[in-house]
Amino acid sequence: MITILNTDIKPIQSQADIVYVRQAVRDWALKLQFGIVDQTKIITAASELARNAFEYGKGGTMKMESLQDGFKKGLRLTFDDKGPGIENMDLALTDGYTTGGGLGMGLTGARRLVNEFDIKSAPGQGTTVTITKWK
Amino acid sequence: MERIPILKMGKFLLVTIQVDMHDRLVMTLQDDLTHKISATGARGVLIDISALEIVDSFIGRMIANIAGMSRVLDAKTVVTGMQPAVAITLVELGLALDGVQTALNVDRGIMLLEKLIELEEGGADLESEHDHDSEH
Repeated sequence: MITILNTDIKPIQSQADIVYVRQAVRDWALKLQFGIVDQTKIITAASELARNAFEYGKGGTMKMESLQDGFKKGLRLTFDDKGPGIENMDLALTDGYTTGGGLGMGLTGARRLVNEFDIKSAPGQGTTVTITKWK
Repeated sequence: MERIPILKMGKFLLVTIQVDMHDRLVMTLQDDLTHKISATGARGVLIDISALEIVDSFIGRMIANIAGMSRVLDAKTVVTGMQPAVAITLVELGLALDGVQTALNVDRGIMLLEKLIELEEGGADLESEHDHDSEH
């Protein structure tokens, strides 16, 4: 059974907030005693998803949850925006596809960096991306 | 406005990134470096990222852009000091930084830049000799 140890919510309303998101995720990953590679991966994934929420979703929030599942500890991050949503999910989850000016590596790259990845979106409904990294 | 300082050392420009950069700062650095290469006629650019804890796709793209722009402006770019965890993450993220030269530390980076420029100048000499020969 998964127990939630701690919860916090961070705003993503500016470029500076993307930096704060990275710092908050680093703090939590350190507290959970993640190794340096896992730490770097979850911070990088958070940076990509926070930027997506800001650039495409016109801002949103990141919910942070530290988890305990038996002896296992984990960090779950939920990025929520009220933007235009994603029309074609298959395309959005294709490497190199972008509707903005980016490389199109954010979403697919973030997915590769974590253990669990979930995305919910519909046109006009905003987008919610949840990622979990287990130690 | 906040800026990353660019130092000129001989024919090279040196940048060490010591702070967690927000996206606009990254864009400003890219612009500043391009202008500085053109203004100084620098032959090489060394970017030390040993203090960077992450390189995401945005910063990765900036590094690739700087390498591309300096190539067009006849300068070589070397990125030094990438932390192992950053390298692992970057490749898994899907960015291999094709076309960007890297070195383990600043010392090796400077040596690599000197070698690259020497090679190019040596190559240019050979070419002009060849032209000279063909006139006969």
